[in-house]
Amino acid sequence: MSMAEYRLRTPVSEEEVRKLSIGDIVYLSGTVYTLRDAGHKRSLELLAKGEKLPVDFKGMAIYHMGPIVKKKDGEWEIVSAGPTTSTRIEAYEYDFVEKSGVRIIIGKGGMGKRTAEACKKFGAVYTIFTGGAGALGAKAIQRIAGVHWLDLGVPEAIWVMEVKDFGPLFVIIDSKGDNYYEQVKERIGQNLKEAYAKLGL
Amino acid sequence: MVKAGISPQEFEEKIKRATVKLLMAAAVYLPRDVKDALEETYKKEKGELQKKMLRSILDNLEIAEKEKRPLCQDTGAIIFYVKVGEKFPYMGSLHKILREATAEATELIPLRPNVVDVITGKNTGNNVGNYLPWIDWEVVPNSDVAEITVMLKGGGSEAVSMMKVLTPAEGLKGALKAVVDTAFEAGPRTCPPNIIALGIGATGEIAAKMAKRGLLRPVGERHPDPKVAEIEEKLLEAINSLGWGIHGTGSGPTVLDVHVEVAERHPATYAVSVMVYCWAARRATMKITADGKVTYPSHSFLDKEG
Ligand code: SF4
Repeated sequence: MSMAEYRLRTPVSEEEVRKLSIGDIVYLSGTVYTLRDAGHKRSLELLAKGEKLPVDFKGMAIYHMGPIVKKKDGEWEIVSAGPTTSTRIEAYEYDFVEKSGVRIIIGKGGMGKRTAEACKKFGAVYTIFTGGAGALGAKAIQRIAGVHWLDLGVPEAIWVMEVKDFGPLFVIIDSKGDNYYEQVKERIGQNLKEAYAKLGL
Repeated sequence: MVKAGISPQEFEEKIKRATVKLLMAAAVYLPRDVKDALEETYKKEKGELQKKMLRSILDNLEIAEKEKRPLCQDTGAIIFYVKVGEKFPYMGSLHKILREATAEATELIPLRPNVVDVITGKNTGNNVGNYLPWIDWEVVPNSDVAEITVMLKGGGSEAVSMMKVLTPAEGLKGALKAVVDTAFEAGPRTCPPNIIALGIGATGEIAAKMAKRGLLRPVGERHPDPKVAEIEEKLLEAINSLGWGIHGTGSGPTVLDVHVEVAERHPATYAVSVMVYCWAARRATMKITADGKVTYPSHSFLDKEG
């Protein structure tokens, strides 16, 4: 398995993203938008009606994350910012990648076949940031440049974040159609029976 | 009883401040036993990718402690386990104190507001709502101290928890299978390495309570009954042989430990519950004496700060 290291800056080109393979590591700088279940849902509803979104996701990165925030002297500050489980967002991601032109998805816990299909077809990757590492994540955020859809609540709003060397991000789904977690699952499939046997089941 | 000079109001204020500190301790400082287990795992790990992930976890703990930030942004559903002596003064005020302290801590630390109305979906904004924070009461006879443990239970790991009432014919084997199946299905979603607990009892909620109790037990500590301890060892080995590994990447331990807690059962039932705790297994304990002296046995470095 490859494990090359890349330093990328948003917006990223299709060519840059297509270079990445599963197992590679990325450190990301530039603008990253948070987007969770409700944000995906609303985005797709607006796009279906032909309406504009509050930010342009083309070539950008989205982060499946609901932060802890604090308001200090009228400015938002991110206190803790680790990923949320991406599997819940599987239902929306194919359409979102297709319609928004997003190139890098950041989350944790893995995504499924439809997302992998979208990554291959439209040129995108799904990466994970170490789950639970909220303080480390917050450290990479230089500033909050804005927030949209706060009516969805703090965790579900779109937070516009300027990040520097955000990572390590691990490429789990690349644009060649490979899915790291699917490969692990295939490899360990047999182990379940052996574990039963160990327990006399 | 309460020392002369401390009014009931002052006493309540003091316990409230101590509870805010307890919540801070839980959100910011991972308990020593979990931290040790993660450091040990890092030392042993050979996989390059996995080592980097564990490095992120350890760096994260250091930043959280240095900057007093919650180590994970999901500061969870807040559960208080209260063991209160029958002679502890102001036992009756504890409920109110814990709720008020939770709201204050949410703003001060801050914590993520995680309490949502089940029908309207509205967030209360301060981590206080119907039955949340959940308070688990145990009254201790012939004692005048209170011991309060808080658990911050994140959603990602709770999402795979299970409870099922098996038949006695399915019995222990069914319970063991439930643990293995839960771990296998969970895969990378629960931020492994995890702590997994199996609870067994007469009814669904007894089993679930036993499992939660298992999550409170320190990593590496075995059940006092050797029969149960042996099952824990076997489960630990079996689950780690599944091979999911660090964050589901196929190398390293899937679980740091497995705990089993058992109650007696009903002749016709065999209720089992499996609960999973992510590596961010956040819990903290404080002790309050009758004259209002507070200590933090799980985070004793906080005692000095007064
Ligand atoms: S599963 Fe635990 S460590 Fe992972 S994001 Fe949720 S609360 Fe944090």
